[in-house]
Amino acid sequence: MLFRSRFLVLAAGLAFFGFAAARAAGSDTLLNVSYDPTRELYVEFNKSFANEWKSSAGSTVTVRQSHGGSGKQARSVIDGLEADVVTLALAYDIDAIADAGLLAKDWQKRLPENASPYTSTIVFLVRKGNPKGIKDWDDLVKPGVQVITPNPKTSGGARWNYLAAWAYALEKNGGNEDKAREFVTALFKNVPVLDSGARGSTITFTQRQLGDVLLAWENEAFLSVQELGADKLEIVVPSLSILAEPPVAVVDSVVDRKGTRKLAEAYLQFLYTREGQEIAARNFYRPRNAEVAKAYAARFPEVRLVTIDGAFGGWRTAQAKHFADGAVFDQITQGKK
Amino acid sequence: MSAEEKASVAQDSVAAPVVVRVRRPALAESRWVRRLLIAAALVFLALFLLLPLVAVFVQAFQKGFAAYWEALVEPDAVAAIRLTLLVAAIAVPLNLVFGVAASWCIAKFDFRGKHLLTTLIDLPFSVSPVISGLVFVLLFGLHGVLGPFLKSQGIQIVFALPGLVLATVFVTFPFVARELIPLMHEQGCDEEEAALVLGASGWQTFWHVTLPNIKWGLLYGVLLSNARAMGEFGAVSVVSGHIRGETNTMPLHVEILYNEYNFVAAFAVASLLALLALVTLAAKTALEWRFGAELAALKRH
Repeated sequence: MLFRSRFLVLAAGLAFFGFAAARAAGSDTLLNVSYDPTRELYVEFNKSFANEWKSSAGSTVTVRQSHGGSGKQARSVIDGLEADVVTLALAYDIDAIADAGLLAKDWQKRLPENASPYTSTIVFLVRKGNPKGIKDWDDLVKPGVQVITPNPKTSGGARWNYLAAWAYALEKNGGNEDKAREFVTALFKNVPVLDSGARGSTITFTQRQLGDVLLAWENEAFLSVQELGADKLEIVVPSLSILAEPPVAVVDSVVDRKGTRKLAEAYLQFLYTREGQEIAARNFYRPRNAEVAKAYAARFPEVRLVTIDGAFGGWRTAQAKHFADGAVFDQITQGKK
Repeated sequence: MSAEEKASVAQDSVAAPVVVRVRRPALAESRWVRRLLIAAALVFLALFLLLPLVAVFVQAFQKGFAAYWEALVEPDAVAAIRLTLLVAAIAVPLNLVFGVAASWCIAKFDFRGKHLLTTLIDLPFSVSPVISGLVFVLLFGLHGVLGPFLKSQGIQIVFALPGLVLATVFVTFPFVARELIPLMHEQGCDEEEAALVLGASGWQTFWHVTLPNIKWGLLYGVLLSNARAMGEFGAVSVVSGHIRGETNTMPLHVEILYNEYNFVAAFAVASLLALLALVTLAAKTALEWRFGAELAALKRH
């Protein structure tokens, strides 16, 4: 030993440098943890809500946004991301947060319309001129057609995609589950990459030019056409799709600790107002409000829609049967490669 | 080539004057092979280093300087830049201290478990950054080992600044230590021993003997770890929570902008990151150029 040992102690002591920062508790700040394609919607909505809150309550409110794959976002909230409100792609992801004890289990009954202020559906996005002639779900399982969809394990949109395909095959084969399974297996054989979120898949399809057809949220498809030009992309509406209800909820444990319950509840209520509904419709989400829906009817094509409760017995059942570890999705993709 | 080899080559040429055939020098390839190799290296360099760099700047200025500037002064971008600088400003000095302490400990002392410690220091290099981030979520997350305690104390670690700093410190830890350990090993303990024999205290020895000896290596290590601290994506992405204007660092902000079809802004922020890297490289080159002789002397030390 060359040096006196107290230098070793000093070195070790330095390595034990710990630090922590106190939680910033601002009651006029909300964090909205949302899924991938809602960025543009909430940028506009947050501005509008801040104005409304300023004129009604007189104080300034800042709403922070966080976006990612719906399942991943739910996971972050469970792990401690301090979301005042969650606005996710499907009810099951909020159920998962409720199961972790962060909000009341009856959350979906606390707001009208299944706590889903806007709806959407799943459509196809193809390249201009539809070179592969894709018209309906059957065209997706043809050999040589590459389908782009995110991973149902992490993305809410992808789970809607998957279930819409399943529902179509079920109806076509008179409710034969085995046939539906075969159909979805064939479909996923045509998927070259699985991104973790809907936006990732859109970028893969539109920027990296991969694939022939993108299974996308209707709002995401409209946005892509708007952003990248109608001369590059086309939307194809299938004969049957699914009614996607992206729900919203206040995270009880967070708002009670931060004292933001009133603000958070007002924020979600504002989604149901005429103004909130208009903003949703402008951002290509189907509004619930009948008047607003009528005003924007031209923009949303008529599609026959199945519901998650009607066709699959609700999200918990669908999740357990299709997307849980070792469930149908795992089984059909395991055989791949 | 060692002196022995040189000598044997010299002997060969002396011993073989009878051979009339002109032989190619054993150590040089033919002109064409040389040119081909150099061209291949240059093409590779241009393709994989220069071209992407140029592409970033071309994309960033696609809509003119005004759009570029607007992307950089936008509040979320400013917040991201500030956060990145803050994280680096905390993480780099911490790693400077930890790195010096660790390499000093390893290079100048003998103790049981030294090899284990050396391996542990390299761990962040060998572990995927995603895992580096995930361990902090598992430790400090709400359902993590320390989660309930932290929650009761009202302390937020992951999805906030402390988590970002921790993840950054973790992934950049080896840079300083890896730079210093071989250097300090090579230098040995002779000078420190001499200082101690002459009556210097431990601190005096450190400040006046050890530190001046390692200062260039240390600076180099700090530059590298700073570059990585600002550019880290994977680990930071896991612990960030992606809250705009709050926990989004520059690399994460680039991803968000790109995903929002805002390509000019994405590449503008990316170009800023590239600039940071270039400045780091320039600083390193300037140091080597300015103090080249001294550095070489140190290496020979």
